[in-house]
Amino acid sequence: MLLDPSLPQFWSDLFQVLLIGTGQTLYMVGVSLLITVIVGLPLGIVLVGTEPGGLFESPFGSRRLGRVVNRVLDFIVNLGRSVPFIILMVALIPFTRLVVGTFIGPTAAIVPLAVVAIPFFARMVEIAIKEVDTGLIEAAESLGATRWQIVSKVLVPEALSPMILGLSTTVTSIINFSAMVGTVAGGGLGDVAVRYGYQRYSTIHMVAVIFVIFVIVMVLQGLATMLAKRFAHRSRPNRAEKTVPALRASAVTGA
Amino acid sequence: MISVQHVSKTFRAGGTVTAALQDVSLEVAEGEIFGVIGQSGAGKSTLIRAVNLLERPDSGTVTVDGDELTALSPADLRRARRKIGMVFQHFNLLQGRTVRGNVELGLEIIGVDGDARRRRALEILDLVGLADKAGAYPAELSGGQKQRVGIARALAGSPKVLLSDEATSALDPETTRSILDLVKTINTDLGLTVLLITHEMDVVKRICDSAALIEGGRIVEQGRIVSLISTAGSRLAHELFPLGAVPALPGDTVIDITFSGGSADRPVIAQLARTYGLDVSILGAAIETIGGNQAGRTRLALPGSAAGNAAPISDLRNQGMLVEIVGE
Repeated sequence: MLLDPSLPQFWSDLFQVLLIGTGQTLYMVGVSLLITVIVGLPLGIVLVGTEPGGLFESPFGSRRLGRVVNRVLDFIVNLGRSVPFIILMVALIPFTRLVVGTFIGPTAAIVPLAVVAIPFFARMVEIAIKEVDTGLIEAAESLGATRWQIVSKVLVPEALSPMILGLSTTVTSIINFSAMVGTVAGGGLGDVAVRYGYQRYSTIHMVAVIFVIFVIVMVLQGLATMLAKRFAHRSRPNRAEKTVPALRASAVTGA
Repeated sequence: MISVQHVSKTFRAGGTVTAALQDVSLEVAEGEIFGVIGQSGAGKSTLIRAVNLLERPDSGTVTVDGDELTALSPADLRRARRKIGMVFQHFNLLQGRTVRGNVELGLEIIGVDGDARRRRALEILDLVGLADKAGAYPAELSGGQKQRVGIARALAGSPKVLLSDEATSALDPETTRSILDLVKTINTDLGLTVLLITHEMDVVKRICDSAALIEGGRIVEQGRIVSLISTAGSRLAHELFPLGAVPALPGDTVIDITFSGGSADRPVIAQLARTYGLDVSILGAAIETIGGNQAGRTRLALPGSAAGNAAPISDLRNQGMLVEIVGE
């Protein structure tokens, strides 16, 4: 059945559909983002820490364990980042069913979204923490800091600004993938775009979906940039560029 | 206060092996300012980092204030480090914290509660002359101010020892002087023992009581500056009073006279000329105030051979001056 914009209920239906779709998208993105931060942040820290010369170079006194942990995590992160999402999503169906009970619907979509975003964000965290001057770690050590204190008082706060920018890049790709998930598992703005825009030829629905997603991304990006600036505390911009050149540029343009 | 005994450290990177420290021993007495001077790559940075075990030596022992750090467990080492403050060449301040926040870092680590932390931080900031910058971020400060924050951070936990890793090397001469004066003030007012490393002789001249010269990972010479000055052939003394290369003057005897303390203000050269009727020429001189005393080195040319000048030379020596014959 084709949709006719001249019908009186067309616009209220459109609004209704968009509202539900946006709600589902925000739900999927929000929850998977939360999981991504909870898992990805420690993962990124462990990735940097277990490198030779790192803070957790030899966990429980074993240098070999540190190296093994580093290799394994690095492998998992690379694997997670290299498998195309559409394949990952399908391959994860048994796992999703195990966790959520079904592989259909917005809640089920959270599983593959988190799985794809965690390694992505972990890499961002890794890069951000690597940018922290090792002199700061030494300064904290000279004050008698424990490893946990170094992580919580030095590494994470000092890497906060690039990590926020990394998070905004991550959230943009989660939104991107959430649209894809919608076409398979159902739910969200991607589902709206396919069912109304593609299958029922409603250009208005298509344009509306694109507009809403664009607004969401812009708002999040703006928010992230603002927060990143707020936490950077670098009054002289030329100095800021010198400190994190590659990271800043890539994080902004990559989004 | 600080005792470094037979410390060695070797770095292996790829196929190259660098012996950064070779059997280094050092004694720093309580309440003194001890300067280790050496060129870059001489191992001085490794040495100072070995004192609080940021760099663990391969062999040897490090004892600070009675604790043998090299024998402590990680937890005990962390506790011992609280007695050792350290300042760095590049300040190493947290960019995301205010000046006060940076100073409070060490106190947070020790577990001092919020109110006491705040009071202590402001007290120390007042001491280093930055009370009005407590709310500023490091990016808003000049190099000298940043180093004052670094010093305040190191002092907040009331350490007994201050380690200074090229603290003034990134600063301009005027700021360097003001930071050195601050270190001297802390040393006298708080009775803090200071171990500093530097490549600038001026730092040693200005504030050090003792000094060591490090070269190729070995301590070549060490001692109190007052006694180094009157040690024949001391390279540190030569560095302190550089007179340059000895000119070739056929028929003349060239001597270096080092004087310190009482002999500094006597009219030595005029006396020499009058008593022996010598046409003394001054080839060079370097005079400094070291440890509050005038000290210096003068290079003179006396006509005639060294044997012919034996009488005036022994006369100078009898007056308590170090005389070295450097050319004839």
